[in-house]
Amino acid sequence: MAEPVQTPAGARSLLDHALGWRWALPLFVFLLALPLITPLIGGDFYLGLAARILIFALAATSLNLILGFGGLVSFGHAAFVGVGAYTAGVLLQEGVHSAWILWPAAMVVTALFAAVIGAICLRTRGVYFIMITLAFAQMLYYLAISTKAYGGDDGLSLAARGTLGGGLELANERTFYWTTLALVTLALLLVWRLLNARFGHALQAMRENETRMEAVGFAVYGHRLMAFVIAGALAGLAGALLASLGGFVSPSMMQWSQSGLLMVMVILGGVGHLWGGVIGAVVFLLLEEVLSHYTIYWQFVLGAALLAVVLVAPNGLMSLFRRRGTP
Amino acid sequence: MNAVLLQVDGLMKRYGGLVATDGVSFTVRAGEIHALIGPNGAGKTTLIQQLSGALAPDAGAITFDGADITPLSMHERVHRGLARSYQITSIFTRLSVLDNVALALQARSGGSLRFWRAARAEVQRYEQAAAVLARVGLGARLAQNAGALSHGEQRQLEVGIALATGARLLLLDEPMAGMGPDESERMVSLLQGLRGELTLLLVEHDMDAVFRLADTISVLVAGRIIASRSPAAIRADAEVRRAYLGDEFEEPV
Amino acid sequence: MTGILFLEQALNGLQFGLMLFLLAAGLTLVFGIMDMINLAHGSLYMVGAYLVAAATTASGSFWIGLVAGVVGAALFGVLLELTVLRRLYTRDHLSQVLGTFAILLMCNEAVRFIWGSQPVLLSPPDSLSGPVELLPGFHYPAYRLLIIGVGLVVALGLWGLITRTRIGMQLRAGASNREMALAMGVPVRALFTALFGLGAALCAVAGGLLGPLLAVQVGMGESILILAFVVIVIGGIGSVRGALLGALLVGVVDTAGRTLIPLLFGAVLGPEAADNAGPAVASILIYVLMAAVLFFKPRGLFPAHG
Repeated sequence: MAEPVQTPAGARSLLDHALGWRWALPLFVFLLALPLITPLIGGDFYLGLAARILIFALAATSLNLILGFGGLVSFGHAAFVGVGAYTAGVLLQEGVHSAWILWPAAMVVTALFAAVIGAICLRTRGVYFIMITLAFAQMLYYLAISTKAYGGDDGLSLAARGTLGGGLELANERTFYWTTLALVTLALLLVWRLLNARFGHALQAMRENETRMEAVGFAVYGHRLMAFVIAGALAGLAGALLASLGGFVSPSMMQWSQSGLLMVMVILGGVGHLWGGVIGAVVFLLLEEVLSHYTIYWQFVLGAALLAVVLVAPNGLMSLFRRRGTP
Repeated sequence: MNAVLLQVDGLMKRYGGLVATDGVSFTVRAGEIHALIGPNGAGKTTLIQQLSGALAPDAGAITFDGADITPLSMHERVHRGLARSYQITSIFTRLSVLDNVALALQARSGGSLRFWRAARAEVQRYEQAAAVLARVGLGARLAQNAGALSHGEQRQLEVGIALATGARLLLLDEPMAGMGPDESERMVSLLQGLRGELTLLLVEHDMDAVFRLADTISVLVAGRIIASRSPAAIRADAEVRRAYLGDEFEEPV
Repeated sequence: MTGILFLEQALNGLQFGLMLFLLAAGLTLVFGIMDMINLAHGSLYMVGAYLVAAATTASGSFWIGLVAGVVGAALFGVLLELTVLRRLYTRDHLSQVLGTFAILLMCNEAVRFIWGSQPVLLSPPDSLSGPVELLPGFHYPAYRLLIIGVGLVVALGLWGLITRTRIGMQLRAGASNREMALAMGVPVRALFTALFGLGAALCAVAGGLLGPLLAVQVGMGESILILAFVVIVIGGIGSVRGALLGALLVGVVDTAGRTLIPLLFGAVLGPEAADNAGPAVASILIYVLMAAVLFFKPRGLFPAHG
């Protein structure tokens, strides 16, 4: 697949997002081979950690789609992760085990929620948009707590992870890991293509100057709603995977602090950079993992590290590696 | 006499006790350059906003090419062929000059619900954008970020973006705002070059340019059109002179 | 009987609302004047509560503890502003979110390091530990009356500061048009440090007073922070008057709602609805309130920006 064509005038701009084959491909190969390496360094635990990082990379990237590329600061994104998780969890509880049903169902249900919530929220702007998205997320959170049938406040333990059919059981760490890797890779490729396609160009231009986009004939509201739904669906997929990974769904997945956490990952990695969500998730979760081995007050060090990033790398970590077009 | 392209009937807009648009009615004919002038505070921008769809009037109708467009949104009007440019430059400062225009072209050709094919691969669209930019005098600036352009060049880009929408009627809100004599001259030539091919409705304070360009001049005072005639007739109109109190309305050189 | 219930709920709501106001006032001024989102505001509330608790334990007197804790928190707020927060003013909102979130994490852990994970006990003064008979048959805790009293006094003092003093005028000018205020020579930097100190002090008063009622523990700031944001959105960003009205609204709706909604559900829909849906509906009530306010007044009740 060829890189997006450079503009005839030869300038690379904010609208162009390269996948970065040179280091993405080796990274992918490494991740692919990881299950073969981990028995040497400590086994399944690291596979589980890697899967978790991949899932959060997906969730963060889905948020980056609307936050970084759309310019829409949604403070309720964790709710979509939660809806996806609960959809998968509830279906598993009711006896549906096929992942081929669980995951698409999670995406569809979350997409529906995103459509309704987005339709209302996208009528607002600025800090009001932030607060309304937050409000909806809180509503879903309290709704989850009040659903006693599926665990309520305590959450729901899942008996199984689901199955892929053909003898492939997700309970097997390797199978689950490779499945997760495949899905997250696919999603990232989709986002890459999307950003460089007409849809992505229009979305980013709307972030740059919404009024002008309306004035040249773009239906801004509808376009953004579509982006919101896509981001929601991807977050829902992440949620479903998370539910399978941990064997547990809980309302705390939807708390506003979780939304804040996703935002932090995106900001850390680089808002509006293709790999921003991924880098942010990787750095944050690895830091969390490593630091927690050294001290129980690891969140302090994490906070200090984040503060350092804010003060030193104003546009997130990705900006240290990537140079933008002409200033 | 050319056909009527834009018909405005009894447009009203109130803000609490203030009447910004007080029963405005006038016509714009196809192919003409129609200037809208008036003292500050007359309500010109409010009128432009209602014509473009940014603001909904309290009463009245706007008919474009025979169809009632009053209920239509801004982007719907663009697709009908009515687009505007802004008095305070509204471009994509962080994007290249070429992209600024290419985006306008994207809006008019096919949808934007394309998720896979690279937009950059649409060579024809970018060539078309380059052609539009050459027309407005920015052919040498394609790769530069729009924010790096001089003020006059940005105003040219402003018109270029409106042009690229393929609109038949362009609402130009003070295209010469903040321009020096050389830049104004360039803009006047640019606009003259569009005559006949497009219809222009421009709001302007630069009387020199207005009298050189306009086929018809409408005068807006306190939210009402007090005259809508040829430049010669307007110059001779006593009521118009009175309304302006000799302010901006001087005998052109 | 129900009359007393309503009265009790109204007073509880007033009490909580006034404390919310103390938090919201500082937050709305920071957001309104310097356009800064401060997620660490809840941390100031937490630190304030802990300092009051520590000072009370050390001195043996609630009153001394309250004053000492508030002063300490104000100093902490000033220190935070001088070292870190002032670097974030010129940054975009997202950077501010990241930076203040980082501070939130650090404050939580620092507090946990010093005082541990278990809730700290903060007792109301003995003289106020009993109920007061406000009306025949209606008893209300004296301590809560104190909170209402202190809240009203502080609110009045703040109102006086904002509307009657030169500093207050400068603050209001800054809230409605920052660039103009700067151009007019308002000493913004110093003013802002002072504002943070004041905000921290107000948070500490609220934290210290609410401490005996709610738990003084790590993370107590997060739950109240979100309420404070709802308050300032309802009231209008940058408006202290809006913060007061918003806080009272939210305080009453939230407090009364938690008691009355389950009762209402129980009476109308049966006990199961009361147990399941009741608390959930009560919790989302303030968000519904916020959405309703924004629907009619998209910029809040008293937007400061013209």
